[in-house]
Amino acid sequence: MPHEPVDLHEHLFRHEAGRMTASLTRLFGVQNFALVEDVVQDAFCRALEIWKLRGVPPNPSAWLMTTARNRALDVIRRERTARTFAPEVTRLLETEWTAAGVVAEAFSGDVVLAEQLRMMFSCCHPDLAEPAQIALILNILCGFGAPEIAAAFLTSRAAIEKRITRGKRVLAGSSTLFDLSNADFAARLSAVHRALYLLFNEGYHGASTQGAVRAELCEEAMRLTALLREHPVTRTPPTFALSALMALHAARLPARIDAAGELQSLWEQDRSAWNHTLIAEGQELLDRSAAGDELTPYHVEAAIAAIHATAPTLEATDWHGIVTLYDRLMDIAPSAVVALNRAIAIAQRDGPDQGIAAIERISDRERLGAYPFFPAALGELERRRGNVGEARTYFGRALRLARSDAERRYIERRIPSAE
Amino acid sequence: MSDFIFLYRNSPAAREAAMGTPEQRQKNMQRWMAWMRDLEGKGHLKSAGQPLDRSGKLVRGGSKAVTDGPFVEAKDVIGGYSIIEARDLAQAAELAKGCPALDGAEGSVEVRPVLALEM
Repeated sequence: MPHEPVDLHEHLFRHEAGRMTASLTRLFGVQNFALVEDVVQDAFCRALEIWKLRGVPPNPSAWLMTTARNRALDVIRRERTARTFAPEVTRLLETEWTAAGVVAEAFSGDVVLAEQLRMMFSCCHPDLAEPAQIALILNILCGFGAPEIAAAFLTSRAAIEKRITRGKRVLAGSSTLFDLSNADFAARLSAVHRALYLLFNEGYHGASTQGAVRAELCEEAMRLTALLREHPVTRTPPTFALSALMALHAARLPARIDAAGELQSLWEQDRSAWNHTLIAEGQELLDRSAAGDELTPYHVEAAIAAIHATAPTLEATDWHGIVTLYDRLMDIAPSAVVALNRAIAIAQRDGPDQGIAAIERISDRERLGAYPFFPAALGELERRRGNVGEARTYFGRALRLARSDAERRYIERRIPSAE
Repeated sequence: MSDFIFLYRNSPAAREAAMGTPEQRQKNMQRWMAWMRDLEGKGHLKSAGQPLDRSGKLVRGGSKAVTDGPFVEAKDVIGGYSIIEARDLAQAAELAKGCPALDGAEGSVEVRPVLALEM
């Protein structure tokens, strides 16, 4: 029966695009990236043509990978005299005898994983700015097209295309993908962590007003971080800390937007809507991150998120512990936003007067000038102190800084009425 | 009920251009699956048919010269066919309107009645 309902796994094509791209690049070399993309496109073409009439095969992922593998072998046979393929395998691709084995190997599980990681490391090239690294990761490893990335980041399609094109030029300029045994491995792993962290944040706090788009960015960041956990070389304590941080935040995602589509602060969230499986997973990951002697901001942020995620109520939250962790974070990764969050935690622990005093002590608070939640925090604390007039002034300022309708409505709901 | 053949036509270039991102391809695939399932559920799908490869040969009458099919550059290539059961041609054409091949402006579905052996 061709059309018994075999449903395609959500985002299957996107994820397989990333896997096929990684394996094909191992064979063809980064300098032939356009050829890689053609073969991926061709595999999808074939899938579509055949599946739409014959039905989806029982293992669509394997089908796609096999198709890409066969096409790769065709291309190698046809073009091995005209082209130079990846330097590591060029010699082996020269004879029919060895080529088939090398091609099969490139599509085997462990190698597909390792090649995806090498691609991820290559995307985080120091010559590329972070937004370009993220666009490149989303394009190559997550199979997002430029229009989809542009929509998620509220950027123009042309700007994203420019980032991706430049990124691919940098990729093609290196003779081979990043080698995981490279001397710069540690520095590059930090860059990868940072890019994935920013990708997750874009999903969590980002500009897109579509909840589904944002959840997808968070999911991709989590999926790629999970790939790092699968490989012995990238399975480091900071990788676990980053994974923990993402899981513990993602657990609260369902409650961040209420039924009416309104942004909900931690203060108002329905805690029963939190995903408790993810919370448990996050805690386990956090336990596994506690190894080695490196304390990263991801460790501390994950620990803060763990306290929030396991507190039964806002009042019963261990604010003392949270303030201590923010102190730690100020030591290792100080920023005005961290200082503001610390001040808010102090207000919870010691009252609004202490909170406002802590805000006034933020040395570089002018950096928060465009951040709507800075005046909103002051407004909230003034309201709690009973200074309605002051509070209204601060909230008015916050309203003018709001970056989206959701933020605007969020702030509006908090403005106390004048006496 | 009579049998009709649906011939799915498209130009290869248009087909590739219309495929877009992997997510759009998957959506397209899912629309095909849903359409086929719907036809099947309503008893219209006699056979899902067969997909056809883009390559091929053309054998001409007279000289019997064999050439590579003009399929790659052709504006219109048959990508596959299905056999549909419908009341009449009008109903068959109506059913074809739901085909995802028509999402792109260059796609078309040719609906042809299968001639029955009338005694």
